[in-house]
Amino acid sequence: MSETAVPSSSSETSTQSEGHRRWVRISHWIIVVSFFTLGITGVFIFAAHPRLYWGEVGNNLTPALLEIPITNNYRPDELVRTVSFTDVSDTAVSANRTYRIFNENSWARSLHFLGAWFLVISGLFYALAGVFSGHIKNDLLPRARELAPRALWRDMKNHLALQFGSARSGPPYGLLQRCAYASVAFIALPLMLVTGLTMSPAVTAAYPILLDVFGGYQSARTIHFFAFAALVLFLVVHVAMVALTGFRRQMRAMILGN
Amino acid sequence: MKSSFSTMPRRTFIKGLAFSAGITLAGCSNTDPPTYGNILRMGDLVTYKAHRLLLPKHSLAREYDYSDISSIPAIGTTNPADSSQPGFDPEHGPAYERLLRDEFANWRLSVEGSVVRPGVFSMAELRRLPSRTQITRHTCEEGWSAIAQWTGVPLSIVLEACGIQPNARFVQFHTYDAYVDSIDMLDALHPQTILAYGMNGRDLPIGHGAPLRARVETQLGYKSMKFLRRIVVADEFDDHGERGLLQAGWSWYAGI
Repeated sequence: MSETAVPSSSSETSTQSEGHRRWVRISHWIIVVSFFTLGITGVFIFAAHPRLYWGEVGNNLTPALLEIPITNNYRPDELVRTVSFTDVSDTAVSANRTYRIFNENSWARSLHFLGAWFLVISGLFYALAGVFSGHIKNDLLPRARELAPRALWRDMKNHLALQFGSARSGPPYGLLQRCAYASVAFIALPLMLVTGLTMSPAVTAAYPILLDVFGGYQSARTIHFFAFAALVLFLVVHVAMVALTGFRRQMRAMILGN
Repeated sequence: MKSSFSTMPRRTFIKGLAFSAGITLAGCSNTDPPTYGNILRMGDLVTYKAHRLLLPKHSLAREYDYSDISSIPAIGTTNPADSSQPGFDPEHGPAYERLLRDEFANWRLSVEGSVVRPGVFSMAELRRLPSRTQITRHTCEEGWSAIAQWTGVPLSIVLEACGIQPNARFVQFHTYDAYVDSIDMLDALHPQTILAYGMNGRDLPIGHGAPLRARVETQLGYKSMKFLRRIVVADEFDDHGERGLLQAGWSWYAGI
């Protein structure tokens, strides 16, 4: 993970030799396994009801924000209308679902939460070690003065031209690289965790503020979905950068440390 | 920097292992759901224990306004008397058919097990007990949700009327379809855990569990068992073999 497009201006803080610290390598690979576990099971879970909504409510009898046709679980014509709740609502109805749907949630949900435990524990370990070792402050967070539009633009142009300078294996990282890693570690992954918890009935009973923050259970589910899409995009770019800057050398640095 | 840090992960890791081992051993006791040595069930048990350890007890699930009531599909068994449905139970399905014929006049709820005074309740008797009406969100494991108003008697009132024995740990729901499930005493005594006979101001419709269903608002929809016929208070965990969730591969705890 160490494609350096522009030599960092903070090289004075990094006196260590090329490569990644041991705890970075350990947590990186635990997070990789957790991420794939969560991603694959997440797709299975989503396939049981591949419709997204906003607010608290969304089901086969209400309109969707977005439908993704990965299963044919949504078959409104086959729902058998049974009850109209006209005395409480103009629109509320009930219908029996009599067809079998694709549902692998028994194992997928349990494996998803098992992956989440590993991600949370390794993420906490990473955050603590990152704070106390100075890795987060020195190597990950872009400095305010580096975030000048001109510097960002220059780094972006270099990336688009596939010019990565003297790409090192390990810190110091380039500017865009820091921005990408910091967004994943401090925005996308925590957002996945908190929107995930907002889908838990026991957690939201204890902390209903989560429902207010995200605008409801279905909104949290929708944000969870798009944050996942952003993480997949990061993964694609990340692996591409590793490949473009010397796959064998980069993998060796993240596995063996040099 | 580098070397002083390498000792911390190891210590944390060992502590984590000890915690996991404790959980795995706890899984062998009769007052926890079994793990069968299955890593998925161990993960479920960690989640259950973490919720019980970290979350405040008996906080109320959000209740909504009348105007929030939404459409709601009925899934799973929508009629226990229909032998073409996967949840049809040859033993109790025909009995449900007879109950349907006289509109549940002969329906009774039996409460037994670890209680001082086991008893049988008619619908009229249940309706005479103090009731609770709540507008809550039904959250299905599939990913959909709906808001409805539920009226019923708190399970705690029925259990206390029968006298809960001190060793009681679980409350089992036996139904007219092919499933049996249970919740722990904490959820059973939760103020919003009710035995609902009314939905959106009317009698509970058949598809939603007539004449009586559980509402367990701190867990996913599948824990709110429909078509109740018998409630058993138990001292030990029972996986109910093939009728239970665990052997079908589902998590028993569904607070997440």
